[in-house]
Amino acid sequence: MKKNSIRIGLLAAAIVFIVIGCVNKEFHDVFMKAVYICLECIGIG
Amino acid sequence: MKKLFDKRRLTQVICAILYNCNITGFAKGTIFRGASKALCVPGLNCYSCPGAVAACPLGSLQSALVGSKYKIPYYVLGMLILFGVLFGRMICAFFCPFGLIQELLYKIPLPKIKKNKVTRILSYGKYIVLGILVLWMPVAFGYPAFCKYVCPAGTLEAGVPLLLKNEALRELADVLFNWKTGVLLFVILMVIFLYRGFCRFICPLGAIYSFFNKVSFFGVEVNKNLCTGCNACVSSCKLDVKQVGDRECIQCGECIAKCNVDAIKCKRNVRNVEK
Repeated sequence: MKKNSIRIGLLAAAIVFIVIGCVNKEFHDVFMKAVYICLECIGIG
Repeated sequence: MKKLFDKRRLTQVICAILYNCNITGFAKGTIFRGASKALCVPGLNCYSCPGAVAACPLGSLQSALVGSKYKIPYYVLGMLILFGVLFGRMICAFFCPFGLIQELLYKIPLPKIKKNKVTRILSYGKYIVLGILVLWMPVAFGYPAFCKYVCPAGTLEAGVPLLLKNEALRELADVLFNWKTGVLLFVILMVIFLYRGFCRFICPLGAIYSFFNKVSFFGVEVNKNLCTGCNACVSSCKLDVKQVGDRECIQCGECIAKCNVDAIKCKRNVRNVEK
């Protein structure tokens, strides 16, 4: 039962965080980073 | 259990293809810019890979921390917690393309190094990488340190194909690219001899998911009422586990067939109750 409570709590926290992130438009920041070549990732700097 | 193993490989291949299905990107040397890049995939998959149609959770976390000024990156954290609580390190075994690459490289018929006390100690390395390169350095110094200095997935999936196709990028490649190529070659050599060496010793994403292993909805668990303590599962596992489902367990399910009393089962759901 304790494990189930932790699972549900974490699931709820995840959903709340994602919603907060969407309200703050953080998904837009993720998008903007992902649609341009990450020079650090490819070893350019 | 051969069926389960085949299903796992099939799942790995399907995920690798789905995550990187922008085939034209490889041909043109460009990256995908569609809306799906606002979402993260659960496994390690560089978002600068020409084929990538979604974002890397680790790159996104570091990027969010770079600009955070100590604010909490709710969106990326939420996605990581969601993936973790659903699957734990099952993501490593089923949904990570770089895990697939390591397993395929391990098939090269060369002598193998089995797990031992040293590899168990080295398994803590990924938490050091997580703490320093992923969490601290982006905030302190303003760049994604793991992506910049270590990530072999970025070099292999993004750096190599993009530089092959883009002369302008090739001209910019210097010491850092040589360093990252060296890291990639080291990892490739390591995983030929050490099963999933990158997962075990370096991968900070696996480190994050390991915190959720015991509480994840899906994965494997031991029925303690049936278990005789013979440790056949632990002995047969190529990873540095002390028990099935601990932080080192990638929940691949290969130990299920090794148990003589059928004590190891796949978790079902939140209502799964100890018999």
